[in-house]
Amino acid sequence: MSQIFVFLEAKDGKLKKGGLELLSWANTKGLDCSAGLIGKNLASAAEQAGHYGAKTVFTCETSEDGFNPEIFVKALKEMVETSQAKMILANASSTAKDVFPRLAAMLDSGVASDCTGIEIKDGQLVATKPLYSGKCTAEVEFEEGSLSMILMRSNQLTVSAPDESKKAEIKSISPATASENLVLEKVVQGASNKPDLTEANIIISGGRGMGEAKNFEVLEDLASAIGATVGASRAVVDAGWVPHGMQVGQTGKTVSPSLYIACGISGAIQHVAGMSGSKVIVAINKDGDAPIFQKASYGIVGDIFELAGPLKEEFTKALN
Amino acid sequence: MKTFVCIKQVPDTETKIQVKPDHSGIEEGSVKWVMNPYDEFAVEEALKLKTSTSDTVIVISAGPKTRVVDSLRTALAMGADEAIVIDAPETIDSYLAAKLLAEAIKKEGDIRLVFAGKLAIDGNGSSVGQMVAEFLQIPHASVVSQLEFSEDSIQVGRDVEGGAKEIFKLKAPCVISANKGLNTPRYASLPGIMKAKKKPLKELTATDLGLESFTPKVKFKNFTLPPEKPPVKMIEGSPQEQAKKLVDLLMNEAKVL
Repeated sequence: MSQIFVFLEAKDGKLKKGGLELLSWANTKGLDCSAGLIGKNLASAAEQAGHYGAKTVFTCETSEDGFNPEIFVKALKEMVETSQAKMILANASSTAKDVFPRLAAMLDSGVASDCTGIEIKDGQLVATKPLYSGKCTAEVEFEEGSLSMILMRSNQLTVSAPDESKKAEIKSISPATASENLVLEKVVQGASNKPDLTEANIIISGGRGMGEAKNFEVLEDLASAIGATVGASRAVVDAGWVPHGMQVGQTGKTVSPSLYIACGISGAIQHVAGMSGSKVIVAINKDGDAPIFQKASYGIVGDIFELAGPLKEEFTKALN
Repeated sequence: MKTFVCIKQVPDTETKIQVKPDHSGIEEGSVKWVMNPYDEFAVEEALKLKTSTSDTVIVISAGPKTRVVDSLRTALAMGADEAIVIDAPETIDSYLAAKLLAEAIKKEGDIRLVFAGKLAIDGNGSSVGQMVAEFLQIPHASVVSQLEFSEDSIQVGRDVEGGAKEIFKLKAPCVISANKGLNTPRYASLPGIMKAKKKPLKELTATDLGLESFTPKVKFKNFTLPPEKPPVKMIEGSPQEQAKKLVDLLMNEAKVL
């Protein structure tokens, strides 16, 4: 019987960082931990989960690659029930956010998505969750008898060093047969190969102050140099300069990078709500009175087009 | 047949959130309540599809009746045909809301589609659509920003990490939760607002739907505002000097590089 179950996701045979953060946390707390993986060719990822402290790894090898809510929810139900864990953790990925609410309903439990903190208090898992897109936070308490399902945002916990002498017991679970009511036809890849805004460690965002759509190239160029992902304010998404997937804010993505650089963004309340979880905020704006400076750790009153070149140079020097 | 749209009423995005002195919740006094922005995309999509389905579009919401009806009236003014309000306290969680919505939808029957927003901008649960689907035992697709409807199937594009889209084919009945980008919601016209006043608005209670208590699975407590950030450090100088100083501070003071 495990105390905690962690849902993991892998890409090209390697576990994603969000899951590693959770395994490391569970291991640091000395919790008896099992983990679950669903997909194709899971062997190396399952072994890796062992190195990070999972005692048991449930694997569900599917015939097709890709996400299918129906297959995932059934496999997870079996894994969670077999593990007998009462605390269930996953990274708040698009897959987990889709499937865990359904799993929660199935198991008569609650789920708290997009949490930013977890701790054990009196044997119970207590999570911190931003509400109103980060305008305030609250502690999450689960009803007695409910499983504690918590989906954690990326970059909130530390990943420990793996111990390759540790081996997990692998238990394989057969996938359910997919019905014809829901079929994944294909996955259309996005234009960018950079980490998603919700996973990114550094974000450079642009607002109205960028002047026009093509000026975002300046930010893309700077972002490539420092391994950042480019975001945007609602104003420029609504103006059609960049796609909605790039929007940071209450009606876009809520992000939690280590470093957020806001360029030409005034700092509307709904934008700030989406990025206030960033560890360090840098504001660059021509208008010294822009509200964004009140939210920033460091501020530069200046023109991003004059700063981009020197910034790229200095960042490149520092990062090499 | 019927197309349902689940709606939540939330504080407007411009609302400045204030926490109650005892940290048990937020001050609601000065809150301006609006329809959850993502639910507007859900309403619009249901109305758009009405031209091919000729379905009755029923908007439905669970929450404090006296205020929630305003958002339902807005949806009726946009063009929905009927509304159902399920009176419930503010403190219901996603699980209870989904249960109430699903039971009310079941009671209406003749389900083709159920729409919801991908998340409510207050509780940020992104759960209700998927939970309603589970309670109704029908498939779901969440975070949908494109949809093509045909008589025998529905093709949707679901937004995932990195700007990628998963393309699913679903069979009705199913639940679709809408993301921004799906459409451009219409505004309620003046004649629409006038007509909405005469459209049917049904009132239900939890008891009508067989729910005995309002014990949520998830409770929020100890509300706090984000910690005050220390005052901003302004960096002066030429662009070259500013860039150099900033990178130095990020490396050696903030230690984020």
